Amino acid sequence: MTSIAAQNAQRKASSSKPILPRLLRLTLLIVMDTAVAWFLIKLVSLGYFPLVAAFSIITIFVNIVVLWKEAYPIRWMVVGLVLMALFTIYPIFFTVWVSFTNYGESHLITKQQAIDQILNQKYLPPTGKSYSWTAFKSPAGDYALWLVDPDGNGYLAKPGEAVTQPEPGENGIGELDEKGIPKTIEGYQRLNAILAATDQNLTQIRFGEAGKTIQVRSPTEAAELLQLFVYDATQDAMINQETGGVYKNLRGTFTSSSGEELRPGFIASIKINNFRDFFISPALRGPLVQLVTWNFGFAFFSLLLNFFLGLAIAIMFNDPDFPFKKIIRSFLIIPYTVPALITILIWRGMLNPELGVISRSLENLFGWSPPWFTDQWWAKIAILLVNLWLSYPYFMLICSGALQSIPQEIYEAARMDGANPWQLFRGITLPLLLVAVGPLLIASFTFNFNNFNLIYLFNAGGPPIPGTPTPAGYTDILISYVYNLAFSGSRGVNYGFAAAITIIIFFIVGGITLFQYRYTRMWEEVSENV
Amino acid sequence: MSSQSAFQKFRTSRSVQRKFSIGIRLVIAAIFMLFAIFPILWIISASLSPTGTLATQTLIPKNPGFGNYLTLLRMDQFPFWTWFLNSIKIASITSALSLSITTLAGYAFSRFRFRGRQTLLKALLLINVFPGLLALVATFLMISQVGDVLPFIGLDNHFSLILVYLGGAMGINIWLMKGFLDTIPRDIDESAMVDGASDWQIFTRLILPLLRPILVVIGILNYIGTYGEFVLARVLLRSNEQYTLMVGLQIFAGAQFQQRWGVFAAGALMGAVPIMIIYLTLQDQIVGGLTQGAVKG
Repeated sequence: MTSIAAQNAQRKASSSKPILPRLLRLTLLIVMDTAVAWFLIKLVSLGYFPLVAAFSIITIFVNIVVLWKEAYPIRWMVVGLVLMALFTIYPIFFTVWVSFTNYGESHLITKQQAIDQILNQKYLPPTGKSYSWTAFKSPAGDYALWLVDPDGNGYLAKPGEAVTQPEPGENGIGELDEKGIPKTIEGYQRLNAILAATDQNLTQIRFGEAGKTIQVRSPTEAAELLQLFVYDATQDAMINQETGGVYKNLRGTFTSSSGEELRPGFIASIKINNFRDFFISPALRGPLVQLVTWNFGFAFFSLLLNFFLGLAIAIMFNDPDFPFKKIIRSFLIIPYTVPALITILIWRGMLNPELGVISRSLENLFGWSPPWFTDQWWAKIAILLVNLWLSYPYFMLICSGALQSIPQEIYEAARMDGANPWQLFRGITLPLLLVAVGPLLIASFTFNFNNFNLIYLFNAGGPPIPGTPTPAGYTDILISYVYNLAFSGSRGVNYGFAAAITIIIFFIVGGITLFQYRYTRMWEEVSENV
Repeated sequence: MSSQSAFQKFRTSRSVQRKFSIGIRLVIAAIFMLFAIFPILWIISASLSPTGTLATQTLIPKNPGFGNYLTLLRMDQFPFWTWFLNSIKIASITSALSLSITTLAGYAFSRFRFRGRQTLLKALLLINVFPGLLALVATFLMISQVGDVLPFIGLDNHFSLILVYLGGAMGINIWLMKGFLDTIPRDIDESAMVDGASDWQIFTRLILPLLRPILVVIGILNYIGTYGEFVLARVLLRSNEQYTLMVGLQIFAGAQFQQRWGVFAAGALMGAVPIMIIYLTLQDQIVGGLTQGAVKG
């Protein structure tokens, strides 16, 4: 230990020596900080505050590590730590935050952005300042409106431009006729009353600049649009100027007392509602109970089947003199060497009803083949079968490794005492094996608990459960259900609820893993090894 | 004398029994081997079968040929070759960088003593309890937000996908690496340090060459894991030319599974064979790594 202390001292001394590398390091740091500062300003302007917080903390951390001499060892892993913070830790925190919000379909923007959008809505007042109008159309299809107010003043209005009050001769305005309307406007063709009244486009166009727009209300009238809503901060509500209706902020949507909602909604905290929905929503209870049961059942039976097939093969060939051992092993691990996605798709083809080789063979032999994709029980069996093919080689490999480490003398001694093969297996092989591969079994359980690829690629969770509020299938597990909630837009994404289920999965998996550490005393070993 | 012959009899019966048992086990082995390779045989046959649909395929194809492979490489709508190169590129870059991160961190954990070292090591274990897959939604939203400012780290970009993969580099494999480094005697470092070598020189010239076996295992497993990764790539990549092979095959399967089964089979086989070769040639090292708890990806 003293030598390590000496080494460390020497390291400190040597690390402060060279000047050029230090200058280079400082320059790089300044460049990086500048770039991050620019990036942060952009993020703030877009309203991505969680990201701003994450990048700020990480940048401060990097500065400390680079500038503070004591942090020298951390410099060796700073890149890895930064990437981990960004792409592993930040998403965890973000998931937790999202799980307490209504983030999702029609709740995708911040409150300020939603208010701005709603304040932009206009309405056409039935009374108020109005004009008579005459339409002009350019060959390119642009419209212009000549407006005459009750006092007889003429105005020119074009979409997106301020309304002007030009005299004849200005801006290409021709002579006025007896009603005060220019006979020609340069570049435009005057539309007669019938053409104008039947033009579908005219009533849609907003003339004038933003904030002071004029719209055609009837064949004889055009009027200035008014702002439809006013935001009342004290009530946290939108007031409709046309009807006087009050729309209060309810879980991130401005909603009237009669339940009418204003679009768009915004991201808002809805406290534990997502979790409450998961546990007690009556509409979701049926599908969720089914989902969770199958999720545990799938992970458990997969583990059981895969482990025992792997173990059986390992025991059968656990014999140093067995012929062709090496070749047999090479063949048997082939399923493990094919990328899982490809395997799953191949099995999907082989089990394809009527077309796949397995279904067709069964059809020929027995005149019947199981409905692998349309019946929920056969779909479950098919998934277990495919998973067996995928993962028994892994268990075979780890079991044969563990078997070889069991000393033969124990068996000799037990045989002397007259133990039969079954007693040998129950009394010696299994317990010793479980000690060795136990942690890997638990890890495998948690892996299968979240085996998204298999479920999603084989059957996308199907067959679908009828009548669920959000899409779910009989073979869906929680993680594939989460994926549907977040990414399959068919019935609207719901990131908040997806995140809440993610947190629940995390507690299940985390609990099992901590049990594993406990059970295997891995934590203590870890502490000793450090 | 009689006891002698009884013993002889016992021995011969044992050896007959043994031969019988080996025979039975060979038969069982044959059945299992068939179970193991049947899908592969079937996909090979499908890829060589000129009819090319799921319905018409037989195990031994009539008039075998390489037509499906040629079709595969010529499809404009499904640029298989681009997908394949994308996968190779992403997996190579990811595993090389991930290996560097793991090795440097493992070296620091093994050779330096600093405050917070134990806490950090344990924290790495705990953080990895949270499966990366679960953060999928958050990762997707984050990348799309960053992409609004910096499109080259946004959605539909290989660079951002690689960065996300590298976020998992500080994982369980660091423990494996540190454990291996701990077995390399410190005397080597100390004698070099006396000669005035810096940490960096010691690491690159002395330690790194000794790490070769473990580097191969971790690197290969990481490569295979990244090559086969599907979900993140599916969510983060958006356009046909950017897809990895796994995403591409899934999409192809979704679109044209039954009509162009032969073409799919050819693609699946070409995608699987490189990985199978790596596995079968390096099986001893990989098995060793797996039993020590190394992880794919």
